[in-house]
Amino acid sequence: MAENMNIKLKVWRQAGPHTQGRFETYSVPDANPHMSFLELLDVLNEQLIKSGTDPVEFDHDCREGICGSCGVVVDGVAHGPQRRTACCQLHMRHYQDGDTIVVEPWRAEAFPIIKDLVVDRSAFDRIIAAGGYVSINAGSAQDANNLPIAKDKADLAMDYAACIGCGACVAACPNASASLFTAAKISHLAMLPQGSPERKKRVTAMVDQMAEEGFGDCSNHAECEAVCPKGISISSIATMRREYMKAMLS
Amino acid sequence: MSSKNPLRSPIGKKLVTGVTGLGLVVFVFIHMTGNLALFTGNEAYNQYTHFLTSLGGLLYVIEAGLVAFFLFHIVNGIQIWLGKRKARPVGYDTYKSAGSPSQQSASSRSMIITGLILAVFLVVHVISFKFGPGGPGNADPAYVTTIGGEEVRDLAKLVRENFASPFYTFGYTFVMLLLVVHLRHGIWSALQSLGAMRPSLTPLVYTIGAVVGVLIGAGFIALPLAIYFNLI
Ligand code: HEM
Ligand code: FES
Repeated sequence: MAENMNIKLKVWRQAGPHTQGRFETYSVPDANPHMSFLELLDVLNEQLIKSGTDPVEFDHDCREGICGSCGVVVDGVAHGPQRRTACCQLHMRHYQDGDTIVVEPWRAEAFPIIKDLVVDRSAFDRIIAAGGYVSINAGSAQDANNLPIAKDKADLAMDYAACIGCGACVAACPNASASLFTAAKISHLAMLPQGSPERKKRVTAMVDQMAEEGFGDCSNHAECEAVCPKGISISSIATMRREYMKAMLS
Repeated sequence: MSSKNPLRSPIGKKLVTGVTGLGLVVFVFIHMTGNLALFTGNEAYNQYTHFLTSLGGLLYVIEAGLVAFFLFHIVNGIQIWLGKRKARPVGYDTYKSAGSPSQQSASSRSMIITGLILAVFLVVHVISFKFGPGGPGNADPAYVTTIGGEEVRDLAKLVRENFASPFYTFGYTFVMLLLVVHLRHGIWSALQSLGAMRPSLTPLVYTIGAVVGVLIGAGFIALPLAIYFNLI
């Protein structure tokens, strides 16, 4: 087919958490512009299986940009070159026949590699477990106007709630900081009446857990916002800092 | 409700770097405007420095505060840098910024380098001016002048002598350019660290940060160059 592309993939291979990894370069002659980036990896894996080689492990689930399972660094950018797009929604039409693409796992001490491109993101779960929830049963959905919430607040809370927990913010941050993830959750809950009563306890517990997990501190590079598939703003980080100061002073 | 040691937490460290950083910005701004007094003549400059030394006890308090600000700023800056190396022991083969809205720049990446050079400069600077000839513990009749019958230190003379040397003049100019680079990221970053940023203000604050940084740098650089090229 005329549209066929030959893509070279330079992929990080690592057999297990404690083994030495290395890059392997593979050619995928049957790529085409309609494929998603993960489909390209599927095609590569079929090739590898046929040739008796272990397929490349990578995380994925919904493949529609909503679950947060996928995530690799593509040519030096978390989730690849398309803004506000998880790598499952990146398509090969962004590439040319003959291109070489470098694929690496998220790199952070707090995200240890399990195999190949799969990292252990349970540090995020522990940050949430430290306080990223409302501890009472807030009941089922209320009558729309029972609990008035200003439109701008509701919108902002929704923007922050859009975090899918993929970890791209950590991967892209020069400091491997988890500030955007943690701040998105803290800001989202602080903005709504259900989350407000526990806001002080929540911000200190989650920030302490974030430090505990070995993420770096934030240097305000704002690289996280640029790679976030949901475009979550670093204004959430400013909000988290205000929340923290309020908690400190009480 | 607060954590065991709030100022050592990831957010506390940023509050400390931000508060001390902004404090130092205020200091360098005042210092810069003070220097400009030399443009109106040696006497105005010596009067200004004499006014500062005549503050006596208050000056010591201000100096102690400055030393504390510098130390806290430096210690936190170094800790954040060490922490980031621990947080990503294995780096990427290929890494690049995704571009706007990222604020990652040569300036944001080099804070530790520009900062450490500023720290070394600071020591040399204080030794050569404050504790230079005619300064505390270094009495020298050649650097005394009289203003209105009162004997005061002739710091203007020392400044002119030091900036007659190309090494000193261009070294100083270079370090002040690094200060501008430090502040290009530093000023807006400090506001973000203190939770003072709003998305609606972001472009404005970036601009103000850069402009204030450049003004401070330009003010510092003008004097040595003017002296070196015999313009004043
Ligand atoms: C001339 C005096 C200085 C001024 C006016 C100044 C100003 C600032 C400001 C405003 C910030 C932003 C704070 C923030 O992000 O919250 C900053 C950050 C920083 N400063 Fe300075 N600084 C000075 C000297 C130094 C020195 C001597 C060091 C020595 C190590 C240093 C190292 C740093 C570092 C590493 C950061 C970045 C911290 C981070 O990663 O978040 N600075 N500085
Ligand atoms: S696989 Fe679900 S977001 Fe990419």
